[in-house]
Amino acid sequence: MQFMILNYVKPHNFADRLAENDPDGPAWGAYTKALLEAGVMVGGAALSSAHTATTVRVTNGRRELHDGPYAETKEQLGGFYLIDVPDLDTALAWAARNPAASSGAVEVRPLMQT
Amino acid sequence: MQDPTRNEAERVARLSYGKLVAILAVRSRDIAAAEDALGEALLRAISEWGRSGVPANPEAWLVQVARRIDADRWRRTVSAARGSEQWLLLEDERMSGSAFDLQDDRLRLMLACAHPAIDPEMHTPLMLQVVLGIDARRIASAFLVAPSTMGQRLSRAKARIAGAGLRFELPDRSVLADRIDAVLAAIYTVYTLGWDLAFVDADRSADLVEEAIWLVRLISDLAPDHPDAFALLALVLFAEARRGARRAPGNGAFIPLDEQDPARWNHTMLAEAESALRHAGRLGAIGRFGYEAAIQAVHVARRSTGTTDWLAIEHLYRGLLSVSPTIGAHIGHAAALAEIGDVGSALERLESLPIERTAMHQPYWVARAHLLNLNGNRNAAREALSKAIGLTEDPAIRQFLLERRDRLVTD
Repeated sequence: MQFMILNYVKPHNFADRLAENDPDGPAWGAYTKALLEAGVMVGGAALSSAHTATTVRVTNGRRELHDGPYAETKEQLGGFYLIDVPDLDTALAWAARNPAASSGAVEVRPLMQT
Repeated sequence: MQDPTRNEAERVARLSYGKLVAILAVRSRDIAAAEDALGEALLRAISEWGRSGVPANPEAWLVQVARRIDADRWRRTVSAARGSEQWLLLEDERMSGSAFDLQDDRLRLMLACAHPAIDPEMHTPLMLQVVLGIDARRIASAFLVAPSTMGQRLSRAKARIAGAGLRFELPDRSVLADRIDAVLAAIYTVYTLGWDLAFVDADRSADLVEEAIWLVRLISDLAPDHPDAFALLALVLFAEARRGARRAPGNGAFIPLDEQDPARWNHTMLAEAESALRHAGRLGAIGRFGYEAAIQAVHVARRSTGTTDWLAIEHLYRGLLSVSPTIGAHIGHAAALAEIGDVGSALERLESLPIERTAMHQPYWVARAHLLNLNGNRNAAREALSKAIGLTEDPAIRQFLLERRDRLVTD
């Protein structure tokens, strides 16, 4: 079963900041490596800071753009992993080890079965 | 504005929830109904206590009202023989007045939760929810299961108690002997839940720890000839005595056992733990908790001897492996072997463990890194530490391991 693990991180934990300024910096590498060695990693990426986002809407045929993320929340989406594990419990175990779980929040979502 | 009546009702609910459910469910055997009735009684308490004041014995008041609610419900909804029998039992109970034996009821409910007809995996979660009033969400967190799944499993287990009519036997010796292990395991889980919360929610943590210690004392009173009960009491007290010393006073950094300052341990509690362990030893064959507590006892003896007797610890781990060969016991044993100078066979033992059990097990990689480093194999040690860091949940421990990895490089 494939799951998306969404890393919600504090604004100062973003990947485009210098690694030494990110308190979780060195932990991400170790976590990614653990996922790879377990053979469960399907994909993933780190994202630039939320302030670099542009949000697009089309309302009644008219484009509306604004600077910044879709939702202004305390933690922002900082990256994601796509993993393939047998069940939700295993996915939750991996989510708990995610550095964002203790400094921000981690959302686990199953991919829709097609 | 705070409503004093509501506060009082909430206080009673928080402190006595499990006890009251136990009292209510003992005869009816229907935990879900007992919880419903208690919930309604608490609502009535908020309005009635507001008018007429908080009664002298709030718990007795709640039990009486909840029983009446439960009896009314049966009268209204249940016909046929089974219902009337149930109703008679309830009536009988109601007439017997407000005197109740708290400790027996509570233990009886715990033993019912450990009934062999209930999925053994649900014994502990059931006891946590029914007897201790811990909510399904927190239990799900402890077992790392989705909260909705845990909620469903709990409901199913409760329905099974009601449906199969599992009896809330008096804890006679035969039942106690069969189920005490499940009860002790649940108490141990309550303790570890409290331990995990220590640096997150200090009040809740103190409640759970207190509850665990209280329950293990209670069960050692009821099973005075059961060595495991006293061994668990010792184990819990040993761990609790070292709680404060696990984190640095200023920044909350993690401090491993061998670097803890013995002056920061609770010496009164350690003395009580030692006496409980001696008592367990006198009672008979030493089990899993006994070996674990004895290993703790050797560690804390450092407060008077200034050293750690690793030879004794290695010996005790061999004993632990003979009764409970868990992955944790194997790792502890390997670490002890290394401490007494046998790093080679310590590493060999670690490597002989089945890979499917160790690959995702964080303590294995911490121990392996330590042993590889002792063996002079820096690079492999660093690799193993990285793996451990990737598998760590606790941020303070992660930070500790990251610093240890940095030191490995710069040495």
